[in-house]
Amino acid sequence: MAGGRKKFVVGSFSDEKVLFPAVKNVRKAGYKIHDVYTPFPIHGLDHALGIRETSIHTAGFIYGTLGTATALGFISWIFTKSWPLNIGGKPHFALPAWIPITFELTVLFSAIGMTLTFCYLCTLAPFVKKHHFSLKATDDKFVMAIECTPNTSEAELQGFLNSAGAEDINVQEAETGWWIGRYDTEQKLYRDEVGF
Amino acid sequence: MSLLKYESQIREPLVDGDKNYHQITEDIIGPIETNPSRLWYIGFAISIALLLFGVYSVYRDVAYGIGQWNLNKTIGWGWDITNFVWWIGIGHAGTLISAILLLFRQGWRTGVNRAAEAMTIFAVICAGQFPIWHMGRVWLAPFIFPYPNTRGPLWVNFNSPLLWDVFAVSTYFTVSLLFWYSGLIPDLATVRDRAKTKFRKLFYGVVAFGWTGSTKHWQRHESLSLVLAGLSTPLVLSVHTIVSFDFATSVIPGWHTTIFPPYFVAGAIFSGFAMVQTLLIIVRKVMNLQDYITIGHIEAMNKVIVLTGSIVGCAYLTELFVAWYGQNPYEWYAFKENRVNINSPYGWSYWLMMFCNVASPQVFWSQKLRRNVTFTFFMSIIVNIGMWYERFVIIVTSIYRDFLPSSWSTYYSPSVWELGFYLGTFGLFFTCFFIFAKFFPIIAVAEIKAILKTSGENYKAKMTQMEKEDAEKFYIEKVEHAH
Repeated sequence: MAGGRKKFVVGSFSDEKVLFPAVKNVRKAGYKIHDVYTPFPIHGLDHALGIRETSIHTAGFIYGTLGTATALGFISWIFTKSWPLNIGGKPHFALPAWIPITFELTVLFSAIGMTLTFCYLCTLAPFVKKHHFSLKATDDKFVMAIECTPNTSEAELQGFLNSAGAEDINVQEAETGWWIGRYDTEQKLYRDEVGF
Repeated sequence: MSLLKYESQIREPLVDGDKNYHQITEDIIGPIETNPSRLWYIGFAISIALLLFGVYSVYRDVAYGIGQWNLNKTIGWGWDITNFVWWIGIGHAGTLISAILLLFRQGWRTGVNRAAEAMTIFAVICAGQFPIWHMGRVWLAPFIFPYPNTRGPLWVNFNSPLLWDVFAVSTYFTVSLLFWYSGLIPDLATVRDRAKTKFRKLFYGVVAFGWTGSTKHWQRHESLSLVLAGLSTPLVLSVHTIVSFDFATSVIPGWHTTIFPPYFVAGAIFSGFAMVQTLLIIVRKVMNLQDYITIGHIEAMNKVIVLTGSIVGCAYLTELFVAWYGQNPYEWYAFKENRVNINSPYGWSYWLMMFCNVASPQVFWSQKLRRNVTFTFFMSIIVNIGMWYERFVIIVTSIYRDFLPSSWSTYYSPSVWELGFYLGTFGLFFTCFFIFAKFFPIIAVAEIKAILKTSGENYKAKMTQMEKEDAEKFYIEKVEHAH
């Protein structure tokens, strides 16, 4: 649950055209970009940040085949072993008639499985609370958070971000993980509350 | 770089007015944060009243049995199944807009997809009511699912189209819900991060699932949306195909035709778009969203209406031709005497359907009428009436004269409780929609922001200059060096 408290230098950008070169320069200078928070998906930003392609669609395919297998296996077992029905002497193993349900279950398994995987990977669930570096990140700003290492000079990094075109630059100490919480109350981390 | 943001001048802007990212948030989220207008309260009150009438009608269905409907042994399916097919069909436009148009990269879907998807979900909920309460002994409803039980175990019949329907509709509902909600999460986070009151912070904090807008999360979100769209596309076609199998796999003259699946799907999209028009024309006016749901959007949907309306018309004529050409006396009688003959007991409904679905949408070949909002609203109602009658014609005119003339039943009309049930689903639908419009972003905020710089009016205005500069740059860099 806890990702640990770390120090970040945070800068906001209001134009994609400024953001892209800035990402490139910050990475070239050797700083570690923790993440860039954006109000909408920006194509190519994941590549610019060096994030690998997601494999969530592969997971979707696997869930889908699982659905196909479940439907075919379950129906064949029922109609040939568990309770064979004599329907006008037609074959018990009536594959063509099972195609609709097999298809539906393929889609159902794939969709549910993928969505749950997505929520799991991104830790999305009701009552999950995370640290937000800037509330504008869901409105109109692209917010870049750079992680400070013991060797990082905060002042230098702030100057660097400023020259890269960032606005509203500040330093934040933040929890990178998530915790169970509500957004209408200020909450201390569990760790801080019990004091260890 | 700049050319990546280029979109042809011939294409109409999808977002009108001088907008920036923050303005979009203000325009769409703003109405959620203010008290609803008087019109909203009036509409909501009417919906609740209709819903209560429906609830009482359904209560009577359970307490006294569905014998209180005017169904009889010959006409075993009447308004109830008509309404089921009608509502399910309406849902299809939402999936078409959100999934199929996403795969086809149609930018205009972004303005209308959220509301259309919500409409899909509410329409499927309404549709589901009919088969459920039609069961009569509704407490036995779980029997339609194959679960281990102490009755054998006795399983459901997997070879029956009615069971395929159970799987199709419940899958359709689940997948639509997942697709809709996963798209909503980032926008709910936008509302959460603007929230000033305690209630909004709490409520949107819970429903936004802790979304941050991280690049990696967006990357997964994009992938998820694309695959869900890819899954929904065949799914939506399968749902109405399977609904049509309820009829087509039987041996009733008028139902037993192979044209049903494509014809039902086209009709579903046709009626669904009409319902989207009805809703969005009201919404854009009441919530002041004309900049996002533009005349261009309405025209685009009218084009879909004229296309699908013509497909439906073509199907009606094909069906009629095949009934004659097929030389099956029963089939031909069902068409000639039960439908086309205007003096037959239900002949009028066939011709009403023909007028509403085939003749009337043809006016949309005129661009002037396609872009006329009032006229579109009027037409959307006509189309919905027409599509309701299509289902009524298919169901009732095919069965009221069965193979045994002594059991012909000519004068079926609904009882007040059948009518009440139908009106009740309108109440349910609009109650849901009013609540949705008040508490949720009715337009996909993040998606609109993503297309703003290619399709926003203020950005498009600069594109001619951009195009010229890029052409010059290209000439200087590439062509001159070559010589």
